[in-house]
Amino acid sequence: MTKDGALPKGFERPSRSPSQEKYEKVKSSSKTTTLRISKFNPESDSTSTFSEFKVHYQRWTTVLDAILEVKSNYDHSIGVRYSCRQATCGSCGMIINGKPRLACFTKISELDSDLVTVEPMNNFPIIRDLAVGFERLIATHKRIKPYIIRDDSEVTSETKEFLQSPEDVEKYIQFAGCIKCGLCNSACPTMATDSSFVGPQALAQAYRYVADNRDKGKDERLKIIDEPHGIWRCHFAGSCSQVCPKGVDPAMGIQLLRGYLLGYRK
Amino acid sequence: MEKDRKEGIKGMANPGRYGIERVAYWLMRITGLGLLFYFIGHIYETSNLLDGKAAWNSMLELTQTTEGHIFLTLVIGMCVFHTGNGIRLMIGQAGFGLGKPSRADYPYTPSSLNMKNKLCIYVSIGLAALAMMYGLGVMYDV
Repeated sequence: MTKDGALPKGFERPSRSPSQEKYEKVKSSSKTTTLRISKFNPESDSTSTFSEFKVHYQRWTTVLDAILEVKSNYDHSIGVRYSCRQATCGSCGMIINGKPRLACFTKISELDSDLVTVEPMNNFPIIRDLAVGFERLIATHKRIKPYIIRDDSEVTSETKEFLQSPEDVEKYIQFAGCIKCGLCNSACPTMATDSSFVGPQALAQAYRYVADNRDKGKDERLKIIDEPHGIWRCHFAGSCSQVCPKGVDPAMGIQLLRGYLLGYRK
Repeated sequence: MEKDRKEGIKGMANPGRYGIERVAYWLMRITGLGLLFYFIGHIYETSNLLDGKAAWNSMLELTQTTEGHIFLTLVIGMCVFHTGNGIRLMIGQAGFGLGKPSRADYPYTPSSLNMKNKLCIYVSIGLAALAMMYGLGVMYDV
C-alpha cells in the first residue's frame, strides 16, 4: 500500500471485506425470536411490566447475547448483571421461560420456543429489571463459616501441608464447584414461602466443609443449621439440583448433612 | 427500595417445571393437608358416638352416598401415596439411596435425583391408584 493509502497498480480493494461477507451470511441464515424482558424499577414502579423485542439468533446465541444486543441497540435502560459470559462468575442468573438458569449458559436454540421470557430470579429482592440483590445469599453463606476451621495453623515450620487422598477429595469436591449464582435458592419451594430459611446454597456449602477431613468445625456448623429455619425445612423436592449449572447437587449435600445430625454419619 | 420477588404458594402450585421430584413434593403437601383435614373430620365423626346409636348411624349414612364414596376413595389414595412417598423421603433424608458424591462432569446429572428415587415415586403413585380402584370396587360391590 502506498503512503496515501492507495493500493498499488494491479490490486483492487474488495467491495466487502471477508469478515463483512461472513457477517452478512450469518445474519441471513439466522432465525428470529421474540424476547420478553421484565422491567421493574423499585424506585418508581409498583408492578413489573414486559418489553418485547424481535431478535436474530444463531444456533450458538445465548440469552445473554440477545439481552445485550437489545441493550445496545433498542433499550439502554435494561438492568442486567453479567461478567464472565462462561458460567463461572454466577452473575447472570435469571428466570428464563419459567426456570432459573444462567443467561450466558442457555442457548436460545435449546429453549425450543418462539418466545423467550426473561424475569429476575424468584426469592431475591429486585435491584432493577433482571438484576437482584445477593446480600442475603452472601450473609447465609458467611453464616455457615465457609472455610476450614482448625485450632492449629496449616503451615508451621514443623508441619507440612495436610495431605488428602483422592478418595477424601471426592467426598466434597463436587460441592466446592458452587459459583453462588443463587439459582438453587430461586428454585427452592421452601425459600418461596419461608424468608428465614438458610437455603440450599448455604446448606450445600456447610456439607462441603463438614465432609472435608481437614476441617474440625463440624459440631460448630451443625449447631448453626440445626434450628427451626435450618436444615429441617428442606423437603427434598430436588429442584435445587435440577437447576444447578455446575453439577453441585445441593439436595444430596443437604440429605447427607442430615445424616450427620441423625447420627448415621460420623 | 427493593421489591422482594417471593414466589409464594404459587411456586408450589406449578410443580411440572422441575420434574417428577417436584410433583412428588407437591403431592406430598396436598395429601398431607388432606389427611390432616380428614383426621379432624374423623375425630368429629367418631365423637358422635357420645350422642347415642341413632346419631352415630346417621353420621355413618353420610359415607354411604356417592359423594361419601368418592371422598373415602380420595382418602385411601392420599393415605397410600403419603405412606409410600414418606418412606422414600425418610430413607433419603437420612442420607441413604442418594449415590456417592463425586467430581461433577458435564452434563451434570444430579445423583440424588436418581432412578431409584424416581421409581419409588412412580410406585407410590401406582400403589395409590391401585388402592383407590380396590376401594371403589369394595364400596360399589363390583
